[in-house]
Amino acid sequence: MTQTTLSTPDTPLAVEMRGIVKKFPGVLANDHVDFELKRGEIHALLGENGAGKSTLMNVLAGLYRQEAGTIRVKGSPVEFHSPRDAIKTGIGMVHQHFMLVPSQTVTENVLLGLDDPRFFMRLPQYDEKVASVGERFGLKVDPRAKIWQLSVGEQQRVELLKMLYRGADVLIMDEPTAVLAPQEIEGLFDILRSMVAQGKSVIFISHKLQEVTAIADRVSVLRRGVSTASGVPSRGVARQELARLMVGREVIFILDKKPAVPGDVVLDVGSIHADNDKGLPALRGLSLNVRSGEIVGVAGVAGNGQTELSQVITGLRRCKKGEVRLGGDLVSNRNALFGIEHGMAYVPEDRNHVGSAPNLSVTDNVIMKNYRKPPVSSRTGLLDMNAAAKIATDLKQAYDIIAPNVSTPVRLLSGGNLQKVILAREISGLPSFMVAVQPTRGLDVGAIEGVHRLLLTQREAGAAVLLISEELEELLSLSDRIYVIYEGMIMGEVRVGGGESDEALIEAIGLMMTGTPIEQIRKEGVGAHG
Amino acid sequence: MAEASLQKKKTGFKIRLEPRLEEPPGWFPLFVSLLAIVIALILGGVVISAVGGDPIRSYQHIARASFGDSGVLSDTIVKATPILLTALACSVAFRMKLWNIGAEGQFIMGAWGASAVVLAPILAEETPRWFFLFVMALAGMLMGAFWGFIPGYLKAKFNVNEIISSLMLNYIAVAWVNFWIFGVWSEGGFQMSPKFPENAWLPRLLEYASAYPAFRGLTTHAGLLLGIAAALIIWLIVYRSRWGYEIRLIGDNPQAANYAGINIAANVIAVMMLSGALAGLGGMSEVSGVVHRLQTSPLAAGYGFTGIIVAWLAKLNPLAIIVVSVFFGALILAGREIQPSGIPKMIQGIILVSLIASDFLLRYRIRITRGEE
Amino acid sequence: MDPIIILQAGVATGTVLLFATIGEILAERSGILNLGVEGMMLIGAMTAFSVTIATGNPWLGLLCAMLAAGLLSQIHAFITITLQADQVVSGLALTFVGTGISLVLGEGLSKAGTVSLLPNFSIPLLSQIPFLGPILFTKQSVLVYIGYLFTPLTWYYINHTRPGLNLRSVGEYPSAADSLGINVFRLRYFYVFVGGMLAGLAGATISLAVAPGWFSELTTAGQGWIAVGLVIFAQWDPVRAMFGSYAFGALRRLILDIQGPTVLLGFDNPFYYNPYWGFFLQMLPYAFTVIVLVIGSREAIRKRLGAPAALGNPYIRGERGK
Repeated sequence: MTQTTLSTPDTPLAVEMRGIVKKFPGVLANDHVDFELKRGEIHALLGENGAGKSTLMNVLAGLYRQEAGTIRVKGSPVEFHSPRDAIKTGIGMVHQHFMLVPSQTVTENVLLGLDDPRFFMRLPQYDEKVASVGERFGLKVDPRAKIWQLSVGEQQRVELLKMLYRGADVLIMDEPTAVLAPQEIEGLFDILRSMVAQGKSVIFISHKLQEVTAIADRVSVLRRGVSTASGVPSRGVARQELARLMVGREVIFILDKKPAVPGDVVLDVGSIHADNDKGLPALRGLSLNVRSGEIVGVAGVAGNGQTELSQVITGLRRCKKGEVRLGGDLVSNRNALFGIEHGMAYVPEDRNHVGSAPNLSVTDNVIMKNYRKPPVSSRTGLLDMNAAAKIATDLKQAYDIIAPNVSTPVRLLSGGNLQKVILAREISGLPSFMVAVQPTRGLDVGAIEGVHRLLLTQREAGAAVLLISEELEELLSLSDRIYVIYEGMIMGEVRVGGGESDEALIEAIGLMMTGTPIEQIRKEGVGAHG
Repeated sequence: MAEASLQKKKTGFKIRLEPRLEEPPGWFPLFVSLLAIVIALILGGVVISAVGGDPIRSYQHIARASFGDSGVLSDTIVKATPILLTALACSVAFRMKLWNIGAEGQFIMGAWGASAVVLAPILAEETPRWFFLFVMALAGMLMGAFWGFIPGYLKAKFNVNEIISSLMLNYIAVAWVNFWIFGVWSEGGFQMSPKFPENAWLPRLLEYASAYPAFRGLTTHAGLLLGIAAALIIWLIVYRSRWGYEIRLIGDNPQAANYAGINIAANVIAVMMLSGALAGLGGMSEVSGVVHRLQTSPLAAGYGFTGIIVAWLAKLNPLAIIVVSVFFGALILAGREIQPSGIPKMIQGIILVSLIASDFLLRYRIRITRGEE
Repeated sequence: MDPIIILQAGVATGTVLLFATIGEILAERSGILNLGVEGMMLIGAMTAFSVTIATGNPWLGLLCAMLAAGLLSQIHAFITITLQADQVVSGLALTFVGTGISLVLGEGLSKAGTVSLLPNFSIPLLSQIPFLGPILFTKQSVLVYIGYLFTPLTWYYINHTRPGLNLRSVGEYPSAADSLGINVFRLRYFYVFVGGMLAGLAGATISLAVAPGWFSELTTAGQGWIAVGLVIFAQWDPVRAMFGSYAFGALRRLILDIQGPTVLLGFDNPFYYNPYWGFFLQMLPYAFTVIVLVIGSREAIRKRLGAPAALGNPYIRGERGK
């Protein structure tokens, strides 16, 4: 354990947390964690998914109460009963899922929970106040706009504005870069630096090493609820060392990927147009194709049409123009059943709300796609539940799904095991084509490895795989080709393993993710390394 | 976690609620339901004594008046039969989280449809009895299904809230039947139709009293068999058929069902029609087995609403519904003689309240620990 | 068949629906669907009537009606907010309990005689306005006038005050409100209580003003359910709720009046000569509720707006994996 304490007695720490314990049923999320934040620093809190970072910060933000441990703010002990108490002492948190009411304006969201104005909401004068606070920190956003009209980056600025308007000195940012493109991330870092220059302190939660070393002054690391490093200066420490502290082993798994043997085009998406749930255009003339035996990635910032793309392909959303063909058959604007019957597998991004039925058993969940066919279904329309249970038991064993038995409702399974149930179901149908959307989101490292292996197995078995992800590293390590999506259009396509370095690829992808078409990149020679 | 809102500070002890991470043992839900009923009866007793009644005697009366001898037991079963069918109707719809609270209206329309076979008349009076009853049952189910189709279609097509639309149709059904019995089919100006010919009566036990003397005076009718058969078929559909799987999947997570390629709109309409048909069969059974004429007051007696409670109490399980209906049949039968007359209705409501409240225990575990807080 | 009289009576009867609908709007805006309106109205009507008979003071009856229905609503609040149970089933249960209790406690009340009613009066000057004066400001119950003031005030409260902002936030995105220190649980309890009190007021409006007396379940005859339907038609907006309520009130009066004359639109009035045709007229309010629901639901689909986002979902603090 690395313990470095650099506080000097005359400048009390902005925040001091000692021996924090927080339990959830079945999980010890924080086990006697210490954490210190100095004034005017950017302090990264590093750890894997599920390491307890967000929990620790939710305790500091007053959303959870710790079972044991003490918190001091500016030297004096505090006890938070609600987020309001935390805000009063100057601690504000920007959550990963923005806490903004979509139907209300920016100003209304900023004023929510405050005492001024006390009763009558005369908004125009407060619009001005909100705008002026925004200007001071370089946060440009229209105070009269409704939240649902704003982009994700703008919404993040509203969140910061909300906290700064309350006079927060300590800003906790929970994975703020997850929703941003590389270039937007730079913009955010500039804002954070200007805030620190004006005397604020920032806690930056992340699981991405390079970001941490780029922005943070000091780093603390959590692993499985235990602090493994506390306040290490980020300049002096090697990335490998941080990785070891975070993951707990020296070697990070390297995927054993055989060279691609692409065959015929299996999925052909031809200039499709589709609307999103709000009725606004989400896909605008998007084309791509996937061949058998290859994994094709789709990179992009969340909300650029990825969800709609997967839904149009799988028949869950109508497209207004263009068509999708699977092995030559038209699949768009038919229905989900047609795709299912023609060998299409789909791992949706929302495994809890789309991919599974939480209160039904493992068995009921694994037969979701094949209950219409024998051996599960008989000709009379009755189901053979014994056959179904046998299938479930076999899959449970083959995919190492950890559950008491196959009649357990899947809501009691962990995220990784639920994802295994979904993958087992989709793969066992021997698909010729699979769409996987964010298949590893929220999983821990071991589970991510498992999912990646399964996707590669599919590729080697000759299936065509379309991998839609926001994790660039995941895309680079799995894909043979990567398309970049921006505002419902493909900005360009890059080939992985074609001699270009990862850095050059990331740079090109990053430019495309923010709306620069590949032709322009080539012309200006940014991606000229390859 | 809920603990934050529910933590009670007490000297030395702390009550904590934790979400259950594994399934409670098999006997536990039953235990909780029984507990809920006991608590509801206690609460009902409090209200009864508050209005000057004697709860113990009221309950004793209920027990005696409904299970005391074979005669009253038979009457209890007669009361349980329509409840059984309406509860089955509610259970299939609720299984899909389709809140059909229009079983009452579907029941009434079923009774009207069955009556129309006799009164229109669609069949001549001397039609063989089995065929008469078969056509009446069919007509009742068709009318019930039609009355379920309307809210189902509006839900599927326009996303109209089925709770309110199906409930509004209850009032319309009553007015519809009133129109016929006050006017077209009125018997000599009375608010009822003429009595049906005996060929249109469901067989009753007392008809066989010459062969089995014990059946003398027993009014239990063949509607009970229809109800039990329906319960078995519904069990098979829900738990062992492709359609039932789709219903359960839609009920648990419509998005997942959509993802699995299931046509939700078509299922909404189909399930509402099935639900309506079951309630309609209940109406036929009541009009042909008990009332023997079309008349509003004995038909619009709230069986559809009791069905909601019974379905819920039976946790939507068709076989459990058989047992629970008998219990509620007893409550309603005895309730006719209890003063004030609202007591059975109130107790039904209190049972439902304590039942849904007690479901909390299935999802959470209460831990009482010694804490320093 | 005087249109002025029909509209005048429509405003009076519509006031019942108005209070109930706005009460339900407030509860639903906080995220809690309460289907128990019918039961709470019955409790209100019964309490108002019996307290007024006992004390002779209709204002006391009114107050007790609101408190009784408000208390009843707290059963629903406890079950859905604290115990996180399904709001639909709990609301149904509340209707059963409310109906049952009002029948038990109201036993014999229908024969108890007449009560002193809340005052009716005309407003000077305003009643002189042509057309609107006789409809809105002539010989109306004090409760009708309260309804006029109440609707715009509620609208303003929801849209332009801090508590209104809090209310909307709790119904749209409770975890956002919670993260800023707004007590979601307390606010939801409060607005369910307010909704209950207004349903009680609606019930009292029947038994003390619009159709005085206690006629067991027929006192409300499904108006609580119509109110729940009107909320959807009103798109959770009190002003739209007002127009909807008055229209339904006018319809009720029209149904009564249409059966009176021997000649209707130049023809023999079938409702006069064959009174049982009147049952078709009785269906109208319920059929119109369904039609109004279709209109409201289609509009919601077209405009892609609708119910408060969190309506029907229990708020569970710090839910993981969300």
